[in-house]
Amino acid sequence: MAYKVVHYINQFFAGIGGEEKADIAPEVREGKVGPGMGLGQLLAPDAEIVATFICGDNYFATNSDKVCQEVIDCCKKYKADALIAGPAFNAGRYGTACASVCAAVQKELGIPTLTALYKENPGVDLFRKEIVIVETANSARGMGKALPTMAAVAKKLLSGKAIEDPAAEGVFSKGIRQNMFYSEPGAERAVKMLIKKLKKEPFTTEYPMPVFDRVTPRPPVKDMSHAKIAIVTSGGIVPFGNPDHIAASSAQNFGEYDISGVTDLKKGEYQTAHGGYDQTYANQDPDRVLPVDVLRDLVREGKIGSLYEHYYATVGNGTAVANAKKFGTEIGKKLKDANVQAVILTST
Amino acid sequence: MKLELCKIVVDKLEWGPRTSVKDKVLTINKDELVAKILEDPGLKGVEVELVHPGESTRILPVKDAVQPRYKLEGPGQVFPGWIGDVETVGSGKTLVLDGACVLTTGRLVAPQEGIVDMSGPGAEYTPFSKTQNIVLVFEPVDGLELHDLEAVYRKAGLRAAFYLAEACRDCKIDNVETYEWPPFTDSLKAYPNLPKIAYVYMLQSQGLLHDTWVYGVDAKRILPTLISPTETMDGAIISGNCVSACDKNNTYVHLNNPVIKSLFEHHGKDLNFIGCIITNENVTLADKKRSSWYAINLAKMLGADGVVISEEGFGNPDADLIMNCWKAERAGIRTVLITDEYAGRDGSSQSLADSCPEGDACVTAGNANEIVVLPPMKKVIGDPSKADVIAGGFFGSLREDGSMEVELQAILGSTCELGFNLIGARTL
Amino acid sequence: MCTIVPISLSIGANRIVPTVSIPYPLGNPELPAEKEKELRRHLVEKALNALATPVDDQTVFND
Repeated sequence: MAYKVVHYINQFFAGIGGEEKADIAPEVREGKVGPGMGLGQLLAPDAEIVATFICGDNYFATNSDKVCQEVIDCCKKYKADALIAGPAFNAGRYGTACASVCAAVQKELGIPTLTALYKENPGVDLFRKEIVIVETANSARGMGKALPTMAAVAKKLLSGKAIEDPAAEGVFSKGIRQNMFYSEPGAERAVKMLIKKLKKEPFTTEYPMPVFDRVTPRPPVKDMSHAKIAIVTSGGIVPFGNPDHIAASSAQNFGEYDISGVTDLKKGEYQTAHGGYDQTYANQDPDRVLPVDVLRDLVREGKIGSLYEHYYATVGNGTAVANAKKFGTEIGKKLKDANVQAVILTST
Repeated sequence: MKLELCKIVVDKLEWGPRTSVKDKVLTINKDELVAKILEDPGLKGVEVELVHPGESTRILPVKDAVQPRYKLEGPGQVFPGWIGDVETVGSGKTLVLDGACVLTTGRLVAPQEGIVDMSGPGAEYTPFSKTQNIVLVFEPVDGLELHDLEAVYRKAGLRAAFYLAEACRDCKIDNVETYEWPPFTDSLKAYPNLPKIAYVYMLQSQGLLHDTWVYGVDAKRILPTLISPTETMDGAIISGNCVSACDKNNTYVHLNNPVIKSLFEHHGKDLNFIGCIITNENVTLADKKRSSWYAINLAKMLGADGVVISEEGFGNPDADLIMNCWKAERAGIRTVLITDEYAGRDGSSQSLADSCPEGDACVTAGNANEIVVLPPMKKVIGDPSKADVIAGGFFGSLREDGSMEVELQAILGSTCELGFNLIGARTL
Repeated sequence: MCTIVPISLSIGANRIVPTVSIPYPLGNPELPAEKEKELRRHLVEKALNALATPVDDQTVFND
């Protein structure tokens, strides 16, 4: 028996009309419509388009939650095994609609979904981590190439298989690293890769080098003698006993600690929770990582206005950038709310 | 230099009156073994357990893994600087108890998991679920400083491994592997049509439980240098390294370095293996810069066309790796890097802490942040108290049913950056 | 404030003050306590100076 597929398209591809019809409300037609004709042929005999959900792009944009629910209901009604949306090429509203309904259906019903978009379609960046998106050309002229890829990917997903090699399968990568087992150990893979590289034969790196964000530098502190300075560390300095259980590696949290009245971080009162370096020296004198003693002197001498009464600490050891970014955003907000003018970040 | 590895296969361990191997069964005289280990005044006692693949057993925290070896013919003796004198090793005949492994356990710092599960999902990730393990649980004398205690544990593991192999010196050898390392005058002229390949072998050298020794010398105090790969097979390089044990090179993998093995296998076929350069990963920027310039200059002086560079650890050693990479590439030496990844539990973050455009050929030993659930085991050896699991400092969490949800980094040797395992990663 | 400046440059920090060593960025256990504190103070003053200096791009504040 063939798998049942619901197909989502907009008013234009349904042949209803262009921009002037973009606010039409959803309509479900039994069977194939528009690009579903070609797609249906490519899916046969494994799968069959049982219904087509048509919605105006503007209508979706203003009623997205409602339409997503209606698509979910439609998939339920037709006992769909998968939802295919588009292809939407570089059409921004249509692409976002396609990706949104796929994400909603996948989340609610757990069935495979896929859409097909041009790389600059805003739907790609919004949803590539959640759903499968086939890469297309930027206009409907790419229909002939898009449909066979969509059909092939749909059949694979319907048979319960996952995308393993996004580039080869014509799908946008989700940017997620996943472990796998090769047939040869890493050392042998490395030696073979080096031989290919030296022969100038094509080879594929197993990990393309990372790219990091950049931020615009902030203006300087104008009057240090009146500035409130805060200290933040990734060196794991915490009150003795590590009350917030910050992990020694791959930290999942940060701690906020009151140091009002503390003029020196003493051995046995503070310690490091960091597992990535020899802890001996930081445990002997935690000021070696978080310079509270010196900052107190500088406050007393009037070189800086004040030291903020809380400090923040996490462990920067195998800590995911995504977590670090989250900690940074939260700490930044707290410091801003406390009218802190500048922060010294120490790392190990 | 010519080294013959005389291998005796071991696929079972048992206690008995005389330490020897017969029909792949290693029989061990427990009293003798314990007496050897307790020769160290730093130890009050030791428990020894025999553990086999497939058992419902968890061992943690493992400090080091050592393969029993003994030099039948020298010069020198295995583990120079510790067991043997500091005489140059790497030639003659070395007995190997192939399939046996000494695992030492002992807690020195809070985050020190180094888990070996002998069955279940965790067993798939560690090389030491496939070996027959002699597990040592130490009881040290009171009052030892941590660095000293680390040395006690380290030496005890070497001593036990040496004792076991030495006791089997008259047993029947199953097979012999021969490795030859000619002088440079010969090797650089050999195979003129094949690319000349060197190996840049990075050693962790950052302090307590992040250290490595070369002929008894702390690797943080060396300048990068050349070593014959056969010397590594005799234990010239010793591990003192076990925090985030997934990607720390224990002594076992130094003895059985898979990069060296692969390079020997390809030698004379599609490459000419000409040199092995050891370098360190120190804690100051000046040291990092100096060592990378120095190591790559050694490769340059050898006339290497390409190098395999293996990292040890992660985080700041990524900076050493990247410096080694671009310095080699800019000297006209092509590189392949072996590393592992810290891409977050969901795999969505950057995997390395540093980056350079020259790093276009990279082999990965997997994402160490990935979560694996380890079911409860019938037996736990080492440190049965799970206090630190609850107190944090753990690379995961303990569940109510006794199972543990841990990152791969808690599992011994799981993402070994010598490329010991089949694991890798891909972008979905 | 960091020891491994190349990493700070790679990840995009804008005001970077190089420090001593990974396990003790703001100290040196080999120095007598008083000298060690002087060293720490010197580094912190450098950080304050960096915070008070306008920068357009990633800047490493060497001595």
